[in-house]
Order: sequence, then structure tokens, then C-alpha cells
Amino acid sequence: MDWSRVIDSLPSYANPLLVTIQVTVAAAALALVVAFTLGLATSSRHLAVRTPARAFVELIRGSSVVVQLFWFAFAMPILFGIQFDYAIVVGVVALALNYGAYSSEIVRGAIAAVPKSQWEACTALGFTTIQKMRLVVIPQAWPEMIPSLCAFAIMLLKASSLVSMIGIADITFRASILGGEAGQNPLPHLTVILVIYFVLAWLIWTGMRALERRAKRGIGVDAKPVKGHLTPAVAAKGVG
Amino acid sequence: MNSGWNNEIASEIFPMVLEGFWTVLKVTAVAGLIAVLLGLALAIVGRIAPTPVRRPISGFMQFVRNTPLLVQVLFVWYATSLYINPEWSAFAVGSVVLGVHYASYTSESYRAGIEAIPLGQWEAATALSLPTHRTWFTVILPQMMLRSTAAVANWIIAMFKEVPVLFAIGVIEMIAEVKQYQGQHYTGALEGYTLAGLLFLAASYPVAVMMRRLENRLAKSHF
Repeated sequence: MDWSRVIDSLPSYANPLLVTIQVTVAAAALALVVAFTLGLATSSRHLAVRTPARAFVELIRGSSVVVQLFWFAFAMPILFGIQFDYAIVVGVVALALNYGAYSSEIVRGAIAAVPKSQWEACTALGFTTIQKMRLVVIPQAWPEMIPSLCAFAIMLLKASSLVSMIGIADITFRASILGGEAGQNPLPHLTVILVIYFVLAWLIWTGMRALERRAKRGIGVDAKPVKGHLTPAVAAKGVG
Repeated sequence: MNSGWNNEIASEIFPMVLEGFWTVLKVTAVAGLIAVLLGLALAIVGRIAPTPVRRPISGFMQFVRNTPLLVQVLFVWYATSLYINPEWSAFAVGSVVLGVHYASYTSESYRAGIEAIPLGQWEAATALSLPTHRTWFTVILPQMMLRSTAAVANWIIAMFKEVPVLFAIGVIEMIAEVKQYQGQHYTGALEGYTLAGLLFLAASYPVAVMMRRLENRLAKSHF
């Protein structure tokens, strides 16, 4: 393997790295909004709210993120005659909807796990629904969600590499281009981006741990020490 | 480019998508077997092997779990064709990488299943001086299976939905079939990708619902 040529090409990874980070961060932010919207809707008492939200979640979770990405990129423009100006928006929307739908189950579960007595106390105090959610339910449910959301954020980072398949110039795309040039060995390039992805995953994990500790301190709970394992929370439970 | 859904194209492209789907099922069977067995082996090794063996394996699996499947598939594909054997098929290489990738997840589910077994079970096995293999096969593994089956099945469903990633190394699955049709007819993206998505839904939804029922039933039993 010829590493010197790879090291020379490292600066050209700067912009693609920015694209990978942009896709991941934008999709994660949008996915969080989708997750809360769908999570609250699927835990609603009203059938008219719950049913469409449930159907949407099952529809997204039931099919494949890769197919969805291609669908948004190539089928949706034909169906609706609309096309996003930038391919990157397609990638962000497809990933956000998919991981948002998965995470909505986390949101729903955490909300359901808030003790009944807390809800009853809110009713006794005459809180409105919004007050109940904002002041009592969400602050207690939020720290419980963080480890699972962290696992999904890392999966989202991994899935962000798929956008290279629809022509977005992220680091996977860059490595394929450089590795595919005549006389180049693709393996060093792929090694470089594997390491980059692992470091990014570690950064997400560290950030989420800090966030969890803060959120738990906010409601007076000690964060349990977790063994140095990335993504054990969801890994153990599965995501079917 | 025409606009809107075309039934004629849909009926023309459906057999191709179905063929791609058949490939997806075959990959799922091979990779699923690897994920189930290798994951179990890793969980047991993680329990009984000495630290110098366990550490590197767990470190490697953590690396596998936290880097994209797509890049891993490309890496192994080029590595095998450059240094080992260029004759190996994309189907075989892709299935193995997919299986190992998901073994890194299933092993965590098995590990959780083993850890959830009360200490008393291990102590009872020691008190009865059961040999190690009897302890594992008649006491630990049956109880672990009960706890881990639903989670492992969920990972296999998740894996099934990630098979189209292998399109990147030239496995002729659904996306490749749609692209091929498009290459010949300059149309069919809407029909092809929609049908592909619906096929996934039709195959995975019933299994997912079954697994959720199983989970609920196990949650209600004494575990």
C-alpha cells in the first residue's frame, strides 16, 4: 500500500468531511423533531391523531432506508413533480424520516414510563396539557431517552455514508473517487474514512454521555456509570 | 421523463424487482445464519475467554459496530479481490460482511440475555458440580434463548432491510434491477423503487409484529 499518496490527499477530505458532518447533524436535528412529533402523536388519546401517526411510523420502519433514499432521490420527483434544489436535502430528509420514525418509539416508550402518579398530580394541580408536558413529563422522560437516542445518532452517522450512493460528495464518495483513480489502491483511503467514522461515533457518544449526566442532574438523579461500551443500550434490545 | 404512476411499466418491472428481492432473501438467509451463530459464539467467548483474548475481540467488534456497513463492504470487497481471490463473488463477500456486522449487534443481545440470568443459577450449577458444557447447554443457554430471541430476531429484520447496501459492490438486488431497467427504458424509477419499498414492508411487517407479541409475552412472564 502506498500511504504517502494517501497522506498527500488528506487535505482534499476536508470538504467531504464537512458534508458528512452537515448531513449527520442536520438529519439528527430534523429526526429529533420528527421523533417528538410522531412520539407524542402515537401516545395521543385521540384515535384520529394516533392512527395516521402509527401508520406512518410502521410504513417507514417496515421498509429499507436504502430504498427510501433512492425513492426520495429518483421516484418522488416523478410522482409529485417537485425536486429539491440540492441532492443533500434529499439525503437529509430521507435519513431524518427513517431515523425519526425509529426514535419516535423511544420517545413514546419514555413518555409511557413516566409514573402515572405524575400525570395525576398534574391533573390535580389543574395543569394544561402543554404545561403538563413541558414542566413534568418531558423533563423526566428526556434523560431516559438519551442513551437510545445516542445509539440512533451513531446509526444515523453510519447511514450518512449511504448518501454517497445518490451522488452526494461525502467522505465515502471522496474515498471511492480517489481509490478508483488509475494506479491507486482503494484500501488506504477506505481505512482513513473508517477511522474518521469511528472517531465521529466516539465524539457523539461522549457528547451524549455528558448530555445525559446534565439532564439527570437537572431532575436530581445520579447518572449510572456505564461501561466503556459504545451503543450497548439499543444493541441489547434490537431495533426491529 | 414521464410523470405519474404507469401501470404498464409497473407490471413490466415487477418481475425484475421480485428477482432482486429473491436475491435479498438469499443474502438474508446466509448473513442471518452467520449473525446468529457468530453472535452467540462471541457472547460465549466474551464470558469464558481470558482477558487478552476477549479485549481485542470486543475492541474489534466495537469498531465494526461503529463504522458504516457500506465502507466495510467496500473495504473487504477490494481487499479480497486484490489480495486473496478475485474470483470470490460479490454475493459471498457481501453476505459474510453483512453477517459479521450484525453479529456485532446480536452478540450484545445474547450478552444481555446471559447477564440477566440470576447469579443463583450459576451457583446452583457449581453446587451440583455440573461440568462446564452441561452448565452452558442445559442451564444457561436455554434461559438465555428465551430472553434474547426477540432482540436477535429484530436485528435480523434490521439486517434484511440493509441488504440493498450490497448494491455498492454489484450484488444484483432490487436497486440494481431498477437501475438496469432504467438503463434500458429511461423510465421506471417511481414504479421500481415504490414496489421495492412495498415488498420490504410486506415481508418485514408481519415478522416484526410477531416479534413484538413475543416480546410482550416474555415481558409478562417471570423474567
